[in-house]
Amino acid sequence: MLKKLLITIVLIVQGLAVSAQDFEASVAQLPEGGYSDRAIIVHQIADSGDDRAAVVLELLLAGDLYFHKAERIVVRLSEIGDDDVAFDLLTDAEIGIVGRRDAKKIKVNNGLRREIRAVLGAMYLQNPDPDVRMEAAEAVYKSGDPDQISALDAAIVAETDDDVATAFREARAVAVLNSDLDVSEKLAAIVTLRERGGRDVPGVLAAFTDDPDLGAAATTAITEIEDIQKLWNLGQNIWYGLSLGSVLLLAAIGLAITFGVMGVINMAHGELVMLGAYTTFAVQEVIRNEFPQLFDYSLFIAAPLAFLVAGLVGVAIERGVVRFLYGRPLETLLATWGISLILQQTVRSIFGPNNREVGNPTFMSGAFELGGMTITYSRMWILLFSLVVFAGLLLLLKRTSMGLRMRAVTQNRKMAADMGINTGWVDAMTFGLGAGVAGLAGVALSQIGNVSPNLGQGYIVDSFMVVVFGGAGNLWGALAGAFSLGIANKFLEPFAGAVLAKIIVLIFIILFIQKRPRGLFALKGRAVEN
Amino acid sequence: MTSQLYLSGVSCSFDGFKAINNLSMVIQKGELHAVIGPNGAGKTTMMDIITGKTRPDEGEVFWNETVDLTKIDEAGSAQLGIGRKFQKPTVFETLTVEDNIAIALKADRGVLATLFDRQTKKQAKKITELLELVRLNDDRARMAADLSHGQKQWLEIGMLLAQDPELLLVDEPAAGMTDAETMRTADLLKSIAGERSVVVVEHDMEFVRALNCKVTVLHQGSVLAEGTLDHVSAMPEVIEVYLGR
Amino acid sequence: MFNRLIDRRMGIFLFGLFVLTVAVPVGNLAMSGQPVPSYAVALMAKYLCYALLAVSLDLVWGFAGILSLGHGAFFALGGYAMGMHLMREIGPRGVYGDPLLPDFMVFLNYDALPWFWLGFDNFLFAVLMVVLVPGLLAFVFGWLAFRSRVTGVYLSIITQAMTYALMLTFFRNELGLGGNNGLTDFKDVLGFNLQTDSTRAGLFVIAATALTAGLLISRFITTSKLGKVLVGVRDAESRTRFIGYRVEGFKLFVFVISAMMAGVAGAIYTPVVGIINPGEFSPANSIEIVIWVALGGRGTLVGAAIGAIIVALAKTLLTGWIPEIWLFALGGMFVLVTLFLPHGVLGAVENTLNKFRPKKETTV
Repeated sequence: MLKKLLITIVLIVQGLAVSAQDFEASVAQLPEGGYSDRAIIVHQIADSGDDRAAVVLELLLAGDLYFHKAERIVVRLSEIGDDDVAFDLLTDAEIGIVGRRDAKKIKVNNGLRREIRAVLGAMYLQNPDPDVRMEAAEAVYKSGDPDQISALDAAIVAETDDDVATAFREARAVAVLNSDLDVSEKLAAIVTLRERGGRDVPGVLAAFTDDPDLGAAATTAITEIEDIQKLWNLGQNIWYGLSLGSVLLLAAIGLAITFGVMGVINMAHGELVMLGAYTTFAVQEVIRNEFPQLFDYSLFIAAPLAFLVAGLVGVAIERGVVRFLYGRPLETLLATWGISLILQQTVRSIFGPNNREVGNPTFMSGAFELGGMTITYSRMWILLFSLVVFAGLLLLLKRTSMGLRMRAVTQNRKMAADMGINTGWVDAMTFGLGAGVAGLAGVALSQIGNVSPNLGQGYIVDSFMVVVFGGAGNLWGALAGAFSLGIANKFLEPFAGAVLAKIIVLIFIILFIQKRPRGLFALKGRAVEN
Repeated sequence: MTSQLYLSGVSCSFDGFKAINNLSMVIQKGELHAVIGPNGAGKTTMMDIITGKTRPDEGEVFWNETVDLTKIDEAGSAQLGIGRKFQKPTVFETLTVEDNIAIALKADRGVLATLFDRQTKKQAKKITELLELVRLNDDRARMAADLSHGQKQWLEIGMLLAQDPELLLVDEPAAGMTDAETMRTADLLKSIAGERSVVVVEHDMEFVRALNCKVTVLHQGSVLAEGTLDHVSAMPEVIEVYLGR
Repeated sequence: MFNRLIDRRMGIFLFGLFVLTVAVPVGNLAMSGQPVPSYAVALMAKYLCYALLAVSLDLVWGFAGILSLGHGAFFALGGYAMGMHLMREIGPRGVYGDPLLPDFMVFLNYDALPWFWLGFDNFLFAVLMVVLVPGLLAFVFGWLAFRSRVTGVYLSIITQAMTYALMLTFFRNELGLGGNNGLTDFKDVLGFNLQTDSTRAGLFVIAATALTAGLLISRFITTSKLGKVLVGVRDAESRTRFIGYRVEGFKLFVFVISAMMAGVAGAIYTPVVGIINPGEFSPANSIEIVIWVALGGRGTLVGAAIGAIIVALAKTLLTGWIPEIWLFALGGMFVLVTLFLPHGVLGAVENTLNKFRPKKETTV
C-alpha cells in the first residue's frame, strides 16, 4: 500500500515547481540540533513537496535513519542477513555494512513521533487521488490516532468527494473519542459513528460503555447498530438460502419434468447432472490446451453442449429402457438406478475417480458488498441462471406446440395418439428435455465445487425431496420447494450445524409428506386419486 | 320404519368445483333405489362420501339414524355393513377366485385375528355357495386376473355378498356385460333387496327399467327429480338434462 | 401346518441349507486338510445374513407392495445394537486400556459412558434392542406414513430419505457411536474369541438358523389369511379398505416384523464381518437389497434369499477379478432383471422346468 501511495505521490508532485535542493538540504540537516529543531526540519521536508518526502518521514518514524560517520551523510539501515547494511537515503546507493559505532541513530521522541504522524497523515489525507485519501481515512479510522484530528479537520474542509468526506468525518470521530477533547465533541462523534454502522463500530464503542459521560450514548448506539447488523445477517442468510435453493432448483427442475410431468422416477437424474459437469470440464480442457483466449467464454460453449450430451443420453435411456416400463414406477426406479451405476462407472473409467477442478471465468469470480452483505458473483449468476432456466421451461411447456403435445400426452395418452401425436416421440423429447436441464444444472454445479463421478449422488435425495415437497407435476411447486428448503437449511445451520440442519430438514419433509402426501401444490379431488 | 341411510344438505367441493351441492336423500331399509344422472352429476362423489372416502364440507350423513358416517373411514363403513362395488371391476388379480371371496367373507377384521384365522367348515360351505351363485365355482382355483371382464364383475358382486352387508352401493354393474348377463344381474339385485338395501348407480336405462324401483335423478350435485322411472323420464327438466345438450 | 409352510421350493431350499449347515462346519473344523477354508465360512455366513435381509424386504415388497428403499437402516440399527454389546465386551482390552470406555470415546475425550450405552453390557438386553430398535423405528415411521396413505414411489422416496438422514446422523462423532469409523476391533462374543475357526463356524450355524426361522415366519405370515389380505393391498388397496380391512394396520404389522428381521440379520452380520459403520445406512446399499429380491424372484421368499446369495457371490468374485466391472455388472443387472426377468431367476427356472415336465391333467 505504501508503495502505491508513493508512486502516486511521485506522479503528482513532479508537476509542482519545488526545488529538490530544499529537500536535500533539509534531509542533510536532520542529524543536527535537538528534537525541536528536528520538528521544524520535518515540516520543511513535508513542505518541500519532494516525492521522496513521505518515505523519508516514514523511515524516520520507524527509527531506521542513521548518520553515517565516515561518509557524513544520512543513511537508512537495512538488515540483510545478520548485518546492517547502509543505503544512501537520497540516491539509494548501497554504502556497505556498518558496525555499531560507524553510524549514529537519528533519534525521535514521542512528541516528535506525534508530529511526524500528523504531518504524514496530512500529506496522505490531502493527496489528489481520492483512493489514496480513502485509504488514509481508513488507516486513521483503524488507528484512532488523536494526533490526526487537526489534519482531518483541514482535509475535511478541502475535500470535494462526498464519500471521502464522510470517511474523514468517521475517522475523525474515532480519533475524537480517543482524544481529550470535551464531552460534547465526543457525544457528537458517537452520533457520527452510530450513523456509520457496520460490523466494527460496536467494537470501537465498546471501550466507552463504562465511561460516566459517554456510557449511555455508546450503549444505545451499540444496540442500535447491532440491531441493524442482525437485519443484514438475516439478509445474508436469506441470500445463502436462495443460493442453495437455486442449486436445488436446477437439480430438481429436470426431475420435476420427468417425475412430475411424465410420472417417471429417474434415479439416474443425478448422473445426468454429473455428465453436464464433466462436459464443462472437458470443454475447459480443450479450451485451455487449444484456445486459451476463449477461456472466459467456456461456460457459454459448455452450457449448450451439456444440454445436448445429457439430453441425448436421456433420450437413449427413455428409448432403450424406460419406455418398456411405463405404468410400472417401481420397476422404472430400479432400472434407472442401474443406469446411474453404469453412467458413474463409465465416467470413472474415462476421467478417473478423483475430483476434477473446473475453473471460474473472470465474470464468475470475486464478490461484491451489498450493504452489510457479501455476494459472490458465481452464486449470483447461478441464481439468475436457475431462474432463466425455470422461466424458459415454463414458456416451453405453456406456450409452444411442443409443450402442448407434452401436456396432451401426459394427460391422456390414448386420445393424444388418436389425434395424430406421435406419443413415443413426445415421450422421448420430454424425457430428453428433463435430462438436458439436468445437464445445465451440471454446468452450474461445476462452478461452485469440484467435479467427481459421485457428484450426482449428493443431489439425488435432495432433489427428490424438493419435487415431493413442492408437489409433483408442478414446476412452480419445484420453485417454491427448492427455495423454501434452501432457506430453511441455511437458517437452521447457525443453530444446528450443517449436517444436523440437513437431518432436521429431511425429518421435516418426511413428516410433511404425512400431512400432505401430494406436496405443497398438489391438486385435490377425485380425479387425482384415481 | 327407520331409514338405512340419511343424507341432508351435503355439499362437497374440489378446488372450487362443487361436486355435490346441498344434496339430500333417504334410503329406507330394504329398499332398492336407482340413482341416475349425466356424467359429472356427482354420483361417484356421493358414494365416496357415504363410504367415508371423501369428507363432505357440510351436511349430515347418518347410518341407521345413529351413526355419523362423516367421521368414519372406508374400512369403518364396510365394517358397519356398507358394501361397495366399483364402476371398474376391482378384484385382487393375483389371488385365486376362491381367495378373493375368502378374504371378503364377513369375519373379524383385526390384524392378529386375520393372521391366526383358520377357515371353518361353515365358511368353506358359504364360499362354495357364493361361488355357485355368481357361477364361478368351476373357476375357483384360477387367478382372478385370468377372468373375463363380465366374470370379474360377478366376482366382485360375490365378494360384496360375502361381506354380508346391510347396504350395497353398486356403481354401473351392467357395464361390460352381455344383455343376458345384465338381466341376470338385475334379477340378482332385486332378489337381494328386501333383505338388504341396494343403491344402484346406472347409465343403462334398460337396466334401470328392469330393476323397477324408485329412481333419483342427480344433476350438478343435487337431486333433480325423484319417483318411478316413468315419472321422472316424463319430467321436462330431466329430458332437458339428458337430451337437451 | 407343515404342508402349509413348506412347499416344494421351500423344501428344496431348506434341505440344501441344512446340508450346508452341517457340511460347512464339519469341513472346516473336523476334516483333515480343511476342505472348507476359514475365510469361506465367514464369507458364507455373511451371504446368509444378506439372504435374511433380502427375505425381510421380500416380505414387505413382494407381498404388501411396499418398496422400502430404507431397509438397510433397519439392518444397520440391528448391527449397531449388537456392535455396542461387542464393544462393551472388549472391556479394558482396548488400545487405551480404559476399563469403562471404548477406544473411540477415550479418543474423543468422553468422561463417562453416554446413557444409551447403559445396559448393552448385558447380551440379552442387546439382543432385545436388536429387534426393538428397528421395530420401533419401523413402527413410528410406518404409522406416520401408512396412516397418511403415502404409497408407491412416494413411500419409496421417503424411506430413502429416512436412511439418508440416519446415515448423516451416524456419521456425526457427537452421536457417541464411533462416527465415521463405526464400531470395530471386537474381541469376542459371549466369551468366544471371534478370531477362532470354531466361533466363525458357530456364527455360520446361527446365521443359517436365523435364515431358516426368517423364511418360516415369513411363510407363516404370507400363507395366512393376513398374507392374502396383504396381496390384496398390493393389487387393489382401496378395494381392501372397502371390504373392511384397515390397510394401515396390516401394512404396519408386516413392516415392523420385516424391520425386526432385518435387524436380526444386521446383528449377526456385525460379529461375522467384525465392523459396523455408517456406510451401511447409505441409500445405495438399501437399493442393492432390492435388486437381490428382484433378481431372485419377488414374492417368493426363497427366491429373495437365492438372489442375495447370487449377487453377493458375484460381487466377491468380480471385485476380486476386475474391480471396475462390478458397478457395470450391478447396474446391468438392475436394467436387465426389470426388463427381462419380471419373476426373477426362480420364476425363470421354474417356468423352464415346467415346460419339460410332461403335462398332467389338471385336477382341482
